[in-house]
Amino acid sequence: MDTLIAWILRAIPFGTIIMYGALGEIVTEKTGNLNLGVPGIMYLGGFAGFASAYLYENSVAAPNMFLCVILSLVCAFIASMIGGLIYSFLTITLRANQNVTGLALTTFGMGVANFFGVFILDGRTATQSLVYKTFQTKIPVLSQLGTIGQTVFGYGFMVYAAIILAIVLHHILSHTRIGLNLRAIGENPATADAAGISVTRYKYLATCLGAGISGLGGLYYVLDYNQGIWATTGQIEALGWLALALVIFTTWKPLNAIWGSYLFGTLYWLYQFLPTLMGFSVPGYITDLIQMVPYLVTIAVLIVTSLRKKREDQPPASLGLAYFREER
Amino acid sequence: MEYAIELRHITKTFGSVVANHDVSLDVRKGEILSLLGENGSGKTTLMNMIAGIYYPDSGEIIVDGKLVEIRSPKDAYALGIGMVHQHFKLIDVFTAAENIALVLDKQEKYNLKDIKAKAQQICERYSFDIDLEQKVYEMSVSQKQTLEIIKMLYRGAQLLILDEPTAVLTPQETEKLFAVMRNMRADGKSIIIITHKLHEVLSISDRVAILRKGEYAGTIDTAAADEASLTELMVGKKVELNIEREAPVNPHLRLNVHNLTITNAEGIKVLDQVSFEAFSGEILGIAGISGNGQKELLEAIAGLQHPEKDSSIVYYPDDDRDSTAEQLIGKSPKNIRDMGIHLSFVPEDRLGMGLVGSMGMIDNMMLKTYSEGHSPLVDRKGPRYLAEEIKDELGVVTPSISTPVSRLSGGNVQKVLVGREIAAAPSVLMTAYAVRGLDINTSYTIYHLLNEQKKSGVAIIYVGEDLDVLIDLCDRILILCGGKCNGIVDARKTNKEEVGLLMTRLAGKQEGGVA
Amino acid sequence: MTNTHHEPLMRIVKRSESTFKHKVIIRLIAVLLALVIDAMFIYFVTGLNPFAVYTTMFQGTFSNPMRFSWAMRDLASLLLVGIALAPAFKMRFWNIGAEGQVLVGALATAAVMVYYGGKLPNALLYPTMLIAALAAGALWGFVPGVFKAKFGTNETLFTLMMNYVAIQLVACCVNIWRGQASGLGKLNMKSKAGWFPQVFGQRYNINLIVVVLLVVLMYCYLRYTKQGYEISVVGESENTARYAGINVGKVIIRTMILSGALCGLTGFLIVGGRDQTISTGTAGGNGFTAIIVAWLAKFNTFYMALISFLLIFLEKGAGEIASAYNLNDFASDIIAGIILFCILGSEFFINYKPIFRSSKQTSIGKEVA
Repeated sequence: MDTLIAWILRAIPFGTIIMYGALGEIVTEKTGNLNLGVPGIMYLGGFAGFASAYLYENSVAAPNMFLCVILSLVCAFIASMIGGLIYSFLTITLRANQNVTGLALTTFGMGVANFFGVFILDGRTATQSLVYKTFQTKIPVLSQLGTIGQTVFGYGFMVYAAIILAIVLHHILSHTRIGLNLRAIGENPATADAAGISVTRYKYLATCLGAGISGLGGLYYVLDYNQGIWATTGQIEALGWLALALVIFTTWKPLNAIWGSYLFGTLYWLYQFLPTLMGFSVPGYITDLIQMVPYLVTIAVLIVTSLRKKREDQPPASLGLAYFREER
Repeated sequence: MEYAIELRHITKTFGSVVANHDVSLDVRKGEILSLLGENGSGKTTLMNMIAGIYYPDSGEIIVDGKLVEIRSPKDAYALGIGMVHQHFKLIDVFTAAENIALVLDKQEKYNLKDIKAKAQQICERYSFDIDLEQKVYEMSVSQKQTLEIIKMLYRGAQLLILDEPTAVLTPQETEKLFAVMRNMRADGKSIIIITHKLHEVLSISDRVAILRKGEYAGTIDTAAADEASLTELMVGKKVELNIEREAPVNPHLRLNVHNLTITNAEGIKVLDQVSFEAFSGEILGIAGISGNGQKELLEAIAGLQHPEKDSSIVYYPDDDRDSTAEQLIGKSPKNIRDMGIHLSFVPEDRLGMGLVGSMGMIDNMMLKTYSEGHSPLVDRKGPRYLAEEIKDELGVVTPSISTPVSRLSGGNVQKVLVGREIAAAPSVLMTAYAVRGLDINTSYTIYHLLNEQKKSGVAIIYVGEDLDVLIDLCDRILILCGGKCNGIVDARKTNKEEVGLLMTRLAGKQEGGVA
Repeated sequence: MTNTHHEPLMRIVKRSESTFKHKVIIRLIAVLLALVIDAMFIYFVTGLNPFAVYTTMFQGTFSNPMRFSWAMRDLASLLLVGIALAPAFKMRFWNIGAEGQVLVGALATAAVMVYYGGKLPNALLYPTMLIAALAAGALWGFVPGVFKAKFGTNETLFTLMMNYVAIQLVACCVNIWRGQASGLGKLNMKSKAGWFPQVFGQRYNINLIVVVLLVVLMYCYLRYTKQGYEISVVGESENTARYAGINVGKVIIRTMILSGALCGLTGFLIVGGRDQTISTGTAGGNGFTAIIVAWLAKFNTFYMALISFLLIFLEKGAGEIASAYNLNDFASDIIAGIILFCILGSEFFINYKPIFRSSKQTSIGKEVA
């Protein structure tokens, strides 16, 4: 039982990181932009959030932790949006290839985060921002209520924010005019254009906001999951690709991202907890193989959706294509 | 007289092409006006200017007695003008209601329930039969068209423009559409219907306006018109095409198509038990409203379709002997070529199927022959020579034979394609809409090329849309309707009316009565 | 279709033709612009004189023959992957999985070295390594290729996922092979079985020879062979390919096997000629960078060599700056990113041109008759 609880306590925060990444990318892809720059954007968000909190803490005698949280969130969001803006300008205005631009953005975001990260590290291998304690504050009272309290209410606020965000995004995409217009653009930009919807404006907006949301995943990783420790690792990159996988897994539906991300988290930690749970130990190399499972599951989903050809589960029809009004 | 819309001296040019010149036209309130004209007479361009897709170079548009400017579809909606285009502007994965919501006025609150209720009212009022919860990809063409009309009415259209709405409909569906149109007229709406089918013009409209080569040729009351007078207005004078046609010399059976049935991905029978014979030295015309199985028929012969069991396409090499005959069903284009059968095929989609747009003439010349020989390398010497030859003989205008063909004009693209297919020394030559979009001179070049092939003993299958050409060029004409063969007529003895009627009647049924 | 609601001030039209000179000038401007942005970045962040920094950067590749040799070694790895990707991308098959295909090739090579090193004579060991690497890479290309050809499964996402499957496989094997040691270290350290012989003083010079050969071979393959022609046709339009009698599925699968096998070959060369060991970082991101290389070069292998050189030069230069000015070599990612953004953006001015209202007349009738 303890193992199971420990497993859940690991899986949900892990899932939350990629849920942010995937939710942002869903918004982006709904307008037909396939942004492979998610890892780079998560780096940007993670670093900007960390750096702003760290610098604030070190420049003020008695830092206000609430202010610090807000500051880091805003900085992470803005930095990630700038990443999205670069991508938007190149792919929407200059019609550069989306895949290649996304990959370049990943390189760039990683470079920026790690380059400036080294200044903050200042020779150390890792450094810590203290705001993580605020990020990790559990829900009072409720989190004390036994096992359920621990597993359901025992996380920092960003875990719940992600769930709320997913529900809000679902509502916007399915039940509002903005969502309808966004989806129309992703399916058939020419038709949306003819209906008087500004394709360019929506694409910019969705891509930049989507990038901002994805960047929060990086922030959550550094300031909560990783206990506020900044170190130049490649971990965020792998998480970014996993977020892209999750988008496929959800078949572009925000609500699926909630359970999908927790499932991915569970699968990710499978290697550590399953053997203990079953009461045997496995050699290290087997755990490496078990870590393959989330990717294999995603491949399976990809194959199954392409076999079933159910229209509702397919990627937005214009995904990856630039729109040029005179080219019809 | 109250007018819904008046056009005054409208002119629109595209580059050096004049699409509309000094057109003046009016539509009365509560009438159905047919806009009649041949292909390329500028009907759609004119209507696009009312709908806000194009902006006229000069001229005035007056709506409800007021001078207006229509710069975008939104402006048109605001003036109560809605147009249903030939290519529907619908999102496939959306429901009908969602598609309606897409064109909602900015002021109106977005609430799918209210939208549905209001749309339902419109449906009941004009007796439209549609499920607002249905996804567009599950709809038939006729349902999609209905949805487009509902969309425009929802947006408050008082003047509705329908661009060739019947081209894609069965006769029964057409009758249904006409009934709805009459309902709308009774409700005070004005309707412009673009068409070039005379019997429809006569049966539905109050008045007919005619465009001829981009210019206004007059408006007459339908009551005072008949097919002959309309034709005369439309084409000016009786068209003498002067296409040479000689009697087939020593015809042999070349292709025997029997019970050809093809079901498409949506499960619809696009070809239904079509049987016919094609002879060497003969041009067999295929007539029909576009989308009635012509494309699939030619593709099936070329080995690009998967016909149902019991279908049979038999090829006879030199004479009608069964011993040398070859069954083509189940063979790929490469199999057919490897059997030594030269089938040439000029498809409708020239740059999307017949040619590779990004390649020059040389590389396009070898599209079907590149794999010949055992060398792993391609031989560009022959294709280069051929490209030069076609360029000179057919007068292809191109900076160089390695310029990507997508940069050439439509006529030159077609010359490259037809030139290559004829150079392959075919025994069967199939062409789909070979002269679509070409000028008169190029069209005659193509007719001449086909006649030369006919003389040299090629069996030619010519899918066309212009009945005058079909009747003057072909020896026999097969008429397709709804995927069925509605008859094969002798082109020398038939007339436009006979072919036209066969094109619009389902086989084995009498003309669909007025509902 | 032209859309002329009331002539906007500026509109964008497709260029019908773009001269070679025009293309070169636009790309040069893009690189120059990138260098200026990079210089500003260096100056504002570090306060260093950008020109001095650029000089130092130059030394990263050219200060001595050894440096140049190393640059060439890394260029070989990047360019090899680019060449491997060229046929797939020319076919418009988005093979994002080169990273994984290189890794499994490297893994297969390493496995042969581990299990057969010292047991097989070198004359047999090398071919076995090579074949294993080719087969493994080919398999990694074949799987997404088959699903694309048969069911239209999205290849971009499929190949991306295959990367991680490969990474975990490598992690697993490294875990087994290292035993109790903390790291794997060089394989067959004593016997040097499976290590490439030294040519002109370096083992990795074999890689250079192979890459030079492949630049020419791949260029010819795409341009002069029937298979290359088929790839171009399929890439342009599957409909046309079917019309021409090309078996589209077969071409997709065959090309992905080729692309994957060449990635596998790269893995073989990296393990045998460069690293003599394997880790999850063996491919080193080359699989992704090579996509950019192949795309920007429009699948022309000679241009690929040029672009690879530019990127390697930057990477080495940034490393040099890092050590000379006490910065860190992540700067190379930023500098490379900015240059890539500029070049990607410049493509727009090669394919399109803005037309202003007053100059409208000149745009009409420019198309070929």
